[in-house]
This record gives sequence, C-alpha cells and structure tokens, in this order.
Amino acid sequence: MGLETKPVSTLHETTSYNVEDFPVPTGREEEWRFTPLSRLKGLHNGTAAGSGAVAVDVDAAPEVTVETVSRDDARLGRAYVPADRVSAQAYASFEKATVITVPRATAASRPTVVNVRGAGGGAAYGHILVTLEPMAEAVLVLDHRGTAVYADNVEFVVGDGAILKVVSLQDWDDDAVHVSHHHAALGRDATFRSFAVTLGGDLVRLSPSVSYTAPGGDADLTGLYFVDAGQHLEHRLLVDHTVPNCRSNVTYKGALQGDGAHAVWIGDVIIRAEAEGTDTYELNRNLILTDGARADSVPNLEILTGEVAGAGHASASGRIDDEHLFYLQARGIPHEEARRLVVHGFFAQLLERIEVPEIRERVLAAVEAELAR
Amino acid sequence: MSTLEIRDLHVAVGDKEILRGVDLTVRSGQTHAIMGPNGSGKSTLAYAIAGHPKYTITSGEVLLDGEDLLGMTVDERARAGLFLAMQYPVEVPGVSVSNFLRSAITAVRGEAPKLREFAKELKSGMDALSIDPAFAQRNTNEGFSGGEKKRHEILQLELLKPKIAILDETDSGLDVDALRVVSEGINRFRAHEDTGVLLITHYTRILRYVTPDFVHVFAGGRVVEEGGPELAEKLEAEGYEAYTKASA
Repeated sequence: MGLETKPVSTLHETTSYNVEDFPVPTGREEEWRFTPLSRLKGLHNGTAAGSGAVAVDVDAAPEVTVETVSRDDARLGRAYVPADRVSAQAYASFEKATVITVPRATAASRPTVVNVRGAGGGAAYGHILVTLEPMAEAVLVLDHRGTAVYADNVEFVVGDGAILKVVSLQDWDDDAVHVSHHHAALGRDATFRSFAVTLGGDLVRLSPSVSYTAPGGDADLTGLYFVDAGQHLEHRLLVDHTVPNCRSNVTYKGALQGDGAHAVWIGDVIIRAEAEGTDTYELNRNLILTDGARADSVPNLEILTGEVAGAGHASASGRIDDEHLFYLQARGIPHEEARRLVVHGFFAQLLERIEVPEIRERVLAAVEAELAR
Repeated sequence: MSTLEIRDLHVAVGDKEILRGVDLTVRSGQTHAIMGPNGSGKSTLAYAIAGHPKYTITSGEVLLDGEDLLGMTVDERARAGLFLAMQYPVEVPGVSVSNFLRSAITAVRGEAPKLREFAKELKSGMDALSIDPAFAQRNTNEGFSGGEKKRHEILQLELLKPKIAILDETDSGLDVDALRVVSEGINRFRAHEDTGVLLITHYTRILRYVTPDFVHVFAGGRVVEEGGPELAEKLEAEGYEAYTKASA
C-alpha cells in the first residue's frame, strides 16, 4: 500500500493554537451538535467578557514542585495543541499557568490537591501543566467548585515508566459553565489513570484525550456523572493510538433525573495504521431515573490496522430494571430505598476505583444527596 | 396465629386471564402443596399475591390476618409478613448479599440490627445452608448457580421469619444434595416459627423431604382437586394427564 492510499482518521481534525483557525460554531458541526451554544455565555464566539475570578490553589505533596508561570513559559503547550475553538480561546486568553512537576523516580507521599475555585464575574481562562518525569509516581486531585464561566486546558505529561492517577471533580454551583480539555501524553510504559466525576454546573463540557509517544502506554479513563433537571453534562473522550502495543480502557457511567437533564458521551478511539497490537475497550452506560431526561451516547471506534490485540465498545442507556426493584421490595425494602440500592449498585464498581478514600466518601455522599433530591 | 385467605382470585396478564377463581386458605402451622402441570397458573398465583406489576388482579381478594394484601405495595406486603421464594431469583448488580440482607432485615423488623449481631446471625444462617461465607460480599445472585440462588432464597426465609411463606418451585433445578439442604432449611423454619407454607411444585420429589398437610392440584388456572399427602402419591403414579384433559 502506497503512502497516498494510507487510511486516515476522520475523527481527529483541526488542531491549532490560533482561535481564528476554528470557525465560530453554529451548532450544526458534529463536535458541537449536542452542546447548547446559547448557554456557553460567549465562550465559543469571542463575546464572553473576561472579568471572572477563578483561583487555583495547590496543596502539594512535599516531593512535588508547584510554580505559577506566565503564559510565555516554554514548557506550556508542548504536549497538547487545542482541538476546538473554546480550547484555543482558553489557550489564547489565560494569564497565569500552574505548573506541577514530580521529579524523576520520585513517588509522591500523598495526593496533590489542586483547588479550582470560581468566584463569579465574567469569563475566566486557565492552564495547568502536570509533568511526571520518568519513573515518577503521583496522585493528583483537581477539585472544581464555586461558580464561574471557565474555559481551560490541562496537560498531563507522563514520562517513561511514570504512573499518574488523576481524580477530577466537577462539583460546581448550579449556574457555572465549564469547558475543559484534559490531555495526557504517555511515554514508554507510562500508566495513566483518570477518574472524572461531574455533578454540578449548568453546563460542563469535559474533553479528556490521550496520546502515546512510545509503546507500552496504558490508560484507564473512568467517569461518573449525575445529571439533574436542566443540567447539561457532556464528556467527549478521544484516545488516539498512534504507536504499537499500547492499551486503553474507557468506562463512563451516569445517572440522570429530572426535566431537561441531558448527558452527552462521545467516545472516540482511533487505532492508526502504525498502532499494531493495540488493546482497547470503551463503555458508556446511562441510567435514566425519570421522564424528561435524555442521554446521547456515541461510541466511535476507528480501526486503521488489521493487527489489533483487542478492540470493542458498548453503549447502553435505560431505566432501572423493574425486576430489580420487585426483588428488593419483595423483601420488605421500601421503593425509595430499593431505588437507592440499585443506583448505588450501578456505580459501585466505579467508586471502588477512586484512589483517594476521602474523595470516594465525598462522591458517595454526593450521589446520596442527588438521590435524596 | 396467622391466616392467608385467597378468595375467588382472578388474575390476568394483559388481556389473557390466567387465574380463574382460586380459593385457598393457609393457616400457620400448615403446609400446603400446590401441584400442577406447566402453564397451569401456579407461579402466577405466587407472583400475583406478592404484587408483581406484570399481573393484574381482575377480581377476588387476598387477606393476611384480615388485612387486604392487594391494596398494599410490594414492600408493604413483605413487611406485613408475606414472603415469596422465587423460582428465578433476580441478580442485582453492585448490591452485595450482606448489604441487601441487612436492608431487608432492617425494613422487616423495623430497626437496623446491630452490626455484630447481624454478622453472627448471617454466619450461622449461611453455615446451616452450607453457603460459603464469601458469598456475603458477592453481588446479590450474580453469577450464583441455580442451587446457590435457591439456598440464598431459603437463607432469606430463615432471616426474615415471615408469617406466610410461598415457595415457588424452590426444588426445580436442584441436585439431590442441594434439595436436601434446602428442604432441611424449610423444615427448620417450619419447626421453629409459627408459620404457614405454600409450596408450589411441579414434582413430588421435594414432598418426600417436606411433608405437606394438604395437596391442591392446579389446572387451567384453578384448583381442580384437593386432598392430603396421598394425593401427591397418586400424581406421582399417574401424572397430570387426567387434569389437563379435563381443563382443556
């Protein structure tokens, strides 16, 4: 097969640091068609007034270096090039970036917590770079709270043999708008574990992506979301297998309840012609608890090589199984309690994967609170 | 002393009438066997009394100690003292046996058992039914074999101590060893609790271990013959043919 006829992916299109390289979305584009643009507060078309206040405060493990740098720091933007207009807008507009570095062959002794606090006002932009030097190990928590109109990019550079575990909590107030890209670039034999929990905000659009720079990279992307009346919570995954013998697994589960609750999950996985021996699986499940809630779930698996170790996807959205409720109720358990047990059960396996016990407790309590609404 | 009274019960699934007037009274201390061919409506009777949403009661009544069971929700019926051991126990993903049983006991007894006492009670219940203690941490019925599911149903029976227990084909799919363990559980329960048992079965096999006081033959959605344990012997010898022909 000649170079001219080499198959190319259609999933991963323009990337650029320049906002003008991306036309203003109209809502008809594949990548924007699920997002209610009118609720983005102008983040997508340059009309957002940039007067908002979002504070980034890091409580770091002692082995970890934290710097606040200006936007011309040469380390920024090397692992990730913005992939849509809002991401490019964020890249063009942030003033200070947070740079977190875990030195070579160092295991951080406790989780590093990045508190992102919105204090209202207009739009705000951010940038975070997390670098694990070769053989380093760390757990990182990104904790988003308060209210904001916030667009940001987070780069994770996971060096050769390094292990990074990230929990990202989107626990915003009801009126917040958050559009975020999280990109992980994995070195040789690097391990990346990401756990996204999205609960609060009027509109959250989180786009986690993974690229591999050398063979042996291993990425698990897990997500849990609970969508209430009127909320739009969107997760857009992209795993781009460009090198041989890497692994990825995507598991996202969400529950929806209330009028106008809208969940969107897009799972794009590309296995390029060079990426022989790739092993990948992606799964999305939605549990629809009431009428008036809607889940859109679109897995896209694009395989451009014949030599894969494994590739699959699954997507299912449905209501609580009446047989489950009947069985529990037939043992005297009241309907509401039975429903609570079933929803817990739906999330149970995922919750066990959260590395930080305090975060696990907090997520569990948040799910309880959502169910009690 | 408890009584379950079923009076002229008619039940439909969609437009199809399955039960055509069932009358039956079960008192505590009694064991009634309902026997009948496949499709005669035995399981419909069990699920309709328990309140499964698939079944519509078109007429008749079911009273537990004079209280109208049919006016209660599924969980209210269970808390009133009714128990249904299911033919096909449901797998509930992510809900551990231990968590499930503790929730059920809390609901039925009206207060949460102390953690230590619950653990003890659960362990002795599982031991008696030869259930591996590791099952307490497994998801409810998930990946259980047929026999394990039935033992788990009987474990619930012994823990929840209902006034009236309906056992729907608890014997089906069991090998001889499992049948003996399960039957011993039922007999233990019958001996210790002042309870009534309605045992639904296709085969006479379990009746060698659990002796009924009354046998009712079900065909075409109603009771067509009643008698003592000797009726089961007759069915063993002659089969259901006479009844299925008559009701057709």
